[in-house]
Amino acid sequence: MSIADRSAAVRWGIALLPLVALAALLLVIIRLDPAGKLRGDVPPVERLVFERVTLDEGGITARVLNDGPDAVTVAQVMVDDAYWTFTQEPAGELAHLDAATLRIPYPWVEGEAHAVRLVSRNGITFDHSIDVAVETPKPGGRLLGIFALIGLYVGVLPVAIGLLWYPLMKRLGRRGLDFVLALTVGLLVFLFVDALHEGSEAAEAVPGSFQGAVLLVFAAIAAYLAIDGFGAWLRRRRAGESGGAAGAGSRAVVALLIAIGIGLHNFGEGLAIGAAFALGELAFGTLLMLGFTLHNTTEGLAIVAPLANERVALPRLLLLGAIAGLPTIAGAWLGGFLYSPLWAVVFLGVGAGAIAQVVVQITQSMARERGLGELLRSAPVAWGLLAGVVVMYATGTLVG
Amino acid sequence: MSESPATTLSRRLLLRLAGIGSLGAAAFAASRAGGAAPGYGEHKGGPHADGKADRHAGHLAGAVGRVTSLDPDPSVYLRSFNFSHLPAAERARFYRETPIADGKLLREYEIYAVDREIEIAPGVFFPAWTYNGQVPGPTLRATEGDRVRVRFLNQGSHPHTIHFHGWHPPAMDGSMPEHQVEPGGEFVYEFDAEPFGLHLYHCHAVPLKRHIHKGLYGVFIVDPPGGRPPADELVMMMNAFDTNFDADNEVYAVNTVAHHHLHAPVDVKVGELVRIYVVNVTEFDLVNSFHLHGMFFDVFRTGTRLETSENTDTLMLCQGERAILETRFRYPGRFMFHAHQSEFAELGWMGFFAAREA
Repeated sequence: MSIADRSAAVRWGIALLPLVALAALLLVIIRLDPAGKLRGDVPPVERLVFERVTLDEGGITARVLNDGPDAVTVAQVMVDDAYWTFTQEPAGELAHLDAATLRIPYPWVEGEAHAVRLVSRNGITFDHSIDVAVETPKPGGRLLGIFALIGLYVGVLPVAIGLLWYPLMKRLGRRGLDFVLALTVGLLVFLFVDALHEGSEAAEAVPGSFQGAVLLVFAAIAAYLAIDGFGAWLRRRRAGESGGAAGAGSRAVVALLIAIGIGLHNFGEGLAIGAAFALGELAFGTLLMLGFTLHNTTEGLAIVAPLANERVALPRLLLLGAIAGLPTIAGAWLGGFLYSPLWAVVFLGVGAGAIAQVVVQITQSMARERGLGELLRSAPVAWGLLAGVVVMYATGTLVG
Repeated sequence: MSESPATTLSRRLLLRLAGIGSLGAAAFAASRAGGAAPGYGEHKGGPHADGKADRHAGHLAGAVGRVTSLDPDPSVYLRSFNFSHLPAAERARFYRETPIADGKLLREYEIYAVDREIEIAPGVFFPAWTYNGQVPGPTLRATEGDRVRVRFLNQGSHPHTIHFHGWHPPAMDGSMPEHQVEPGGEFVYEFDAEPFGLHLYHCHAVPLKRHIHKGLYGVFIVDPPGGRPPADELVMMMNAFDTNFDADNEVYAVNTVAHHHLHAPVDVKVGELVRIYVVNVTEFDLVNSFHLHGMFFDVFRTGTRLETSENTDTLMLCQGERAILETRFRYPGRFMFHAHQSEFAELGWMGFFAAREA
């Protein structure tokens, strides 16, 4: 064995030693159960969470997860203060993070509220309220179509309309373009804050074991890094193709990244929309519809703003619009059929990270010739930023 | 507690959806029209074509499964007086009767308080405080004028007492701070059994609510001299349990076990006089009630008069109130009985009589 080999072996040994010790300690904890001795006679900590509750002609189906440290047995099920027949699949005790499906043949009443309560072996109760009982949509062609229609109105069409500003971009002077780009940054910052806000609310509904808040931030950071890496790769490839410096080409990359960022954000939004639709949380109002359309049209503007000096063919423009808008439909599908707060947290986090990355991209490209400080002090930029936030805020108030 | 996903969506988003709703609603309504609409009365009995159980058929109401661990079983408690359910040798440990003057009896009891987990609905266990390991406690029964001597031992983890309803001097009341029997301690209650009627006993240590709803109560019957007419006699204690300790009951019953008599109907004979001793100790709810299907019964409130005061099919009692009911089953078959508070009935206080030709 050479000296190099020997030192490598020593390094491995040193690296693995703590892991071996850790494994031994874990074995001791499991075998000797010091926790049980420390615990004494304290009653078990029982915590069940409802992951998803659906209604159909067979009654109520609830998927529950044991989010607590101790095993829980569902002994009885009450609906609206009445013990009711139920079956559990799989049957038996639920260990930490075990899930089971409870089928309760309860004659629920459309449009009314119901309360589901599980009673554990120890008499602890876990409640879920069905605020408005409507039959849970079943996956199928017709419903896919309805969700596609929703996505079209919410995501695709407003974004496409926003893209119509592209010709204007080419006719704007420097100051005008600065204003529009800053406006875009303002819009995106608003969306970023909005996504984090929605995400943190969804995180509260995530079972504690899954640490929703951490997941949100982690998803955001991961998305930021992924988009950043993807952008760098795209620019390298383009530089390689044209043989020239990054310059004009990087504007097209920024537009693509913005489209991706907005697309991810819209996916998270579609997820929540599909879920709420499936849960029957519906009311009606033309004003609200108008507000929503206005609100999302600005997303199209954000995509075309960096393309002022680019020559972009119509198919390419439509592709960018599709990247930004179509994920709303996919999100609505997923949310409508398989909603869980966990997915909402992940995708809202991903959306926030992607948008943050895009904000940085645009700001960097704008600040390339001037410093960031000088950039922010210039009137068109400052007014543009403010206008962006104000536009989003104002259209946001229209939708509540 | 988990919230519905809907509550995680912000108001702003929901309002946004309001807009979308106007687009999708028509299509959604169309999608629903084809499916089976929910609601009572729209299903015929029997399983669906797809083999799923019909959610209207087959469910009478009631907890799932059967209670297996109770001793005595509620059906045994129903007809047990002065420990009559125990074998003679064992019974003598808890109950002895000795003749005294004028044909009267000295009745000596041994009652102990003990903490015990009891199964109050199938699979649901309650950390009860009990008299003699059972909820309700054993039914004590004497004749008016008998001497009653109860040796009370507290083997529980908290101070307890026995407070009897009936005539007795203050020192025997088991209600004052100085009356509390500490864990490990004992006390002898002694008094003459009067007046005749249907009474109860319960712990009067503080906090009172907790000591009662945890299970420390039982029935105390004082027969009139010469007794009542022969009958099939049943004891029904209307009780309830707050399993999650939120001052609201999760389980209601007669004699502790939710829906026990749905599975094990009370057997009675057609034409025979049936006498039911009904006592209400339900905590947290203002009143409880007893309703019998297809029948009427004579009511003897508190049992202190031999003349009936009322003939009805529904009787309301507040906590601590009790009444003796007498009736004869006219037809064979199953007769439902339950609290006429529907909520209590569906949370366990419901059962059947099964009347058979004699």
